[in-house]
Amino acid sequence: MLALVAAHFVAAAVSPWLVRGLGRRAFLVLALVPLLSFGWALSRTGRVQQGDAPTEVISWAPSLGIDLAFRMGALQWLMALIVAGVGGLVLLYCAWYFDADDPGLASFSGSFVAFAGSMLGLVLCDDLLVLYVFWELTTVFSYLLIGSEPARRASRQAAMQALIVTTLGGLAMLVGMLMLGQQAGTHRISELLADPPTGPATTVAVALLLTGALSKSAQIPFHFWLPGAMAAPTPVSAYLHAAAMVKAGVYLVALLAPGFADTPGWHELVLLLAICTMLLGGWRALRQYDVKLLLAYGTVSQLGFLLLIFGVGTRATAYAGLAMLLAHALFKATLFLVVGIVDHQAGTRDLRVLSGVGRAAPVVFATALVAGASMAGLPPLLGFVGKEAVFGSLLDVARADDRQDLSPLAGWLLLGGVILGSVLTVAYTARFLWGTFATKPELRATQFTPAPRGFLVAPVVLTVATATLGFAGPALTSVFEPYAVQFPPGAHAAELALWHGLGLPLLFSALTLLLGLAIFARRRTFGRLQAALSPSRTADGAYRLIMRTVDRSAVEVTGLTQRGSVAAYLVVILVVLLLLAGTAVLTALDGPRTVVAWDTPAQALVGAVIILAAVFATRSRRRLRAVILAGVTGYGTALLFVLHGAPDLALTQILVETTSLVVFVLVLRRLPVYFTDRPLSPRRYLRMVLGAAVGIAVTLIMLVSTGARTADPVSTAYPEAAVEFGGGHNIVNVILVDIRAWDTMGEISVLVAAATGVASLLFLDTRMSTIRRVYDIAATEHLATVPTGPGRRVWLPGPRTLPPDRRSIIFEVVARLMFPVIVVLGIYLLFAGHNNPGGGFAAGMVTGLALMVRYLAGGRYELDEAAPIDAGVLMGTGLFVATVSGLAPLAFGGAVLQSAQIDLAVPLIGNVHVVTSTFFDIGVYLVVVGLVLDLLRALGSRIDRQILRDEREAEQEAVR
Amino acid sequence: MSMNLALVLTAATLIGCGVYLVLERSLTRVLVGLLIMGNGVNILFLVAGGRAGDPPIEGTTDPAAMADPLPQALVLTAIVIALGTTAFLLAMAHRSWQLNANDDVQDDVEDAAIRRLAAADEASDSHDLATAGEDEVLTEEGA
Repeated sequence: MLALVAAHFVAAAVSPWLVRGLGRRAFLVLALVPLLSFGWALSRTGRVQQGDAPTEVISWAPSLGIDLAFRMGALQWLMALIVAGVGGLVLLYCAWYFDADDPGLASFSGSFVAFAGSMLGLVLCDDLLVLYVFWELTTVFSYLLIGSEPARRASRQAAMQALIVTTLGGLAMLVGMLMLGQQAGTHRISELLADPPTGPATTVAVALLLTGALSKSAQIPFHFWLPGAMAAPTPVSAYLHAAAMVKAGVYLVALLAPGFADTPGWHELVLLLAICTMLLGGWRALRQYDVKLLLAYGTVSQLGFLLLIFGVGTRATAYAGLAMLLAHALFKATLFLVVGIVDHQAGTRDLRVLSGVGRAAPVVFATALVAGASMAGLPPLLGFVGKEAVFGSLLDVARADDRQDLSPLAGWLLLGGVILGSVLTVAYTARFLWGTFATKPELRATQFTPAPRGFLVAPVVLTVATATLGFAGPALTSVFEPYAVQFPPGAHAAELALWHGLGLPLLFSALTLLLGLAIFARRRTFGRLQAALSPSRTADGAYRLIMRTVDRSAVEVTGLTQRGSVAAYLVVILVVLLLLAGTAVLTALDGPRTVVAWDTPAQALVGAVIILAAVFATRSRRRLRAVILAGVTGYGTALLFVLHGAPDLALTQILVETTSLVVFVLVLRRLPVYFTDRPLSPRRYLRMVLGAAVGIAVTLIMLVSTGARTADPVSTAYPEAAVEFGGGHNIVNVILVDIRAWDTMGEISVLVAAATGVASLLFLDTRMSTIRRVYDIAATEHLATVPTGPGRRVWLPGPRTLPPDRRSIIFEVVARLMFPVIVVLGIYLLFAGHNNPGGGFAAGMVTGLALMVRYLAGGRYELDEAAPIDAGVLMGTGLFVATVSGLAPLAFGGAVLQSAQIDLAVPLIGNVHVVTSTFFDIGVYLVVVGLVLDLLRALGSRIDRQILRDEREAEQEAVR
Repeated sequence: MSMNLALVLTAATLIGCGVYLVLERSLTRVLVGLLIMGNGVNILFLVAGGRAGDPPIEGTTDPAAMADPLPQALVLTAIVIALGTTAFLLAMAHRSWQLNANDDVQDDVEDAAIRRLAAADEASDSHDLATAGEDEVLTEEGA
């Protein structure tokens, strides 16, 4: 069964290609999948009839008690036949309904087949939560199908409405399912029904489940979405809103009724809403001009009818319900398909315009006539068989007390309601047939293009079934038996048959027919009565009001909380910190704590310098001064690292601080000297108060948290582990490349992202910065060419591109001499880092500094001479090396980022000890070098060019 | 565990000054504030790691005398990330100066638009697109 459901989804996935290759004939191929499922279900009829339900269980999430369990009892068998059979026929019909060049065909066909698969899964599965998954899948796909013409407002609106209403019900249902599963200790539906739990929690759970079912089946107060959904293409209406989606709610009620019909509230909820829906749907169907909408309201009415029958829960109603379920699927799908044909061939569905269609299309008319007669309950059709059974079974409830928890009065009321509803059904059926097919003397005959034969196949097949199954009462009785016997036997042995003898049911049938036709005959009088009674408020209006209210409150809340100012958000965050963490700390101040002034007095000295620098940085109004003072706090922090015993940190901090300063200066040369010329704002006092408060809070938090610490640090085992598993003596480096290598992996990715961000903010259009070597530049009079042959060598080739007043020979000489030394130092740090201070980060920063010196000495051409490679390539290579060295252990059966130690005997050098995590560090190194190079290219070279261009433009302005 | 007062006071001052600066409008000032605050937080990591000690390099000293290596590794990551942040914010400041001739942090225009909707008691655009408007399909007798 899982395979059949999966086949639908596979077909849905390949359908776009099918449509591209075959056009609308692809529907003929796709129809095979549901038809195959239909054949499969039909071939299992014998087993189902004997009560030996085919079962299939595949373990899915055993820890949650969810299995992909499937089981096909009699009810599921019938639903599967309807879902697959009608689905296949409607797909066939689609091949003629759509235009060959319809652009939405590919997505439509996929959604449709996937919907059919979801629906099949829904009716076959035997696990509540799996059922929920399929349930919501039908919601999602129906959303896509109803909204298959997104350019039309009505289509969007209807899709959204259906989605919201059914999802709301679905969520309620999910809660109900979880509660029920908790009560019973299982999610398996067959087990739940065999031993249904009771109690208040179950009552609530069942009510929630019913909410889901009622919303899906468009019962009051959710009835408005179904007529709205008629904006969808007609095949969708025929399938979703006659045979499939709305039947899900009916199916759920039918499924639960054997176990839960005696739950308190069940009858009140289901029967009351169902009878009201049946009457309301019929009433409003009589007021429609659009014949498709007329059918839609008819469907609402019929769904109420079906829910009412299944909701009662006697053996006789079970038979009647299944018969009506089948009959409704057959006749309603037919009628929708017929409307589709008329709409397609005549170009309208308005019964005030249609005239003479019956004469022009006799086969279509005959099909509709049979289906309509079945809907109205005329013998010898299936609809008549079902309706007779309904009257009989409700009579037994009223007279013979078939259900003890329903009083005879309730039985009579139900019977009366159903008869009234059936009268309306007869009346709107007549209105439909007359409106669509009659020749109206006052109207011109509608232009009707004859329909191709293939177009008629689906409705004709369905109608043949309607007509023949009417005579198959005994066979249906026997195959429905396994479902019906779940209910206690009634006063009379129930059976489905065309002829029950002369009795009240037959009288009721005749009565409904006569009264219905009478209403149709006096339709003008009745229409005036309806107009007079028409309510001014509708559920649809209430829905709009609710949606608008929700949206309005969202706007208000967003307007209130999203102030759009970073400072405002920061204030909120900081105030929350003060209120929550600050309050918590104040209550814990009496805890244990010890305070030492310092570990070494030097800490206090450095601390004082840092504090001074920070305060002056805050007060500074010049950009450069603030930046330099911030740099002082950074260098001071590096000193504190040294004093604390963290040489790696100190090294990296100094390198980063230096690079930051250079980067700052490179950008600040383009920005104004002073921060702002605005007058000082009085709000700065508030900021001061907040800053001081946060500082005090931090002090107190540290006081409490250091005092509260009792456990040993997790790192006590690291020194041993670092040498044994990491193969390195520098524990910090081993942590970075081995113990917490995932952190480092994330970090270098962030660096690449940041560098890319910088580059895109500066270069704007292209990530690749062009590299221009000195010998590429055309010689001009103040620019000597670089000697290519032997002769006088220059210290650096790049600086000659600079104006003479910007050159410094000493700097050039020093840069030339220092560059190789610094690069070698960087490489030394890279390899020494595993055992001594250093590592990939520090090494990369050092190499970056070497490049920076070359840039500062010789300008942007010198930078390209020093590193004639794109920074993005460098960083990409680094990331690649790190990733490959992280993944490599997998090939040897290790874990990701696991490191190994290899001893190699290299000739001449001797024994070389290699730790594989070094390769990871090389990746880090390359990323960091690439980052610095990128910053220099973007914030250095690029801004150089911009300055140059601005100067030239200014010159040209001056000349003019 | 005891608290190192000198370090904590230094860190608290740095964080307090940082808070003052990040609430500014000028992006450069915000960045300076962020850097100062970051230094403060890094110092707090040292405090949380315990007392000062010898460099955590196995073989050079007794493990018991070492400073805790774990917070150091975490801080090392933070330092390098700070460089990325600095560069990115600077590039943003530069871009903002190019476009607006100042590096002020702008208020979000979308949020301002929503506030205008709220003040005018109106629903959002998406609501109008999805639900509002007359239904062209529903035609009823007498309607």
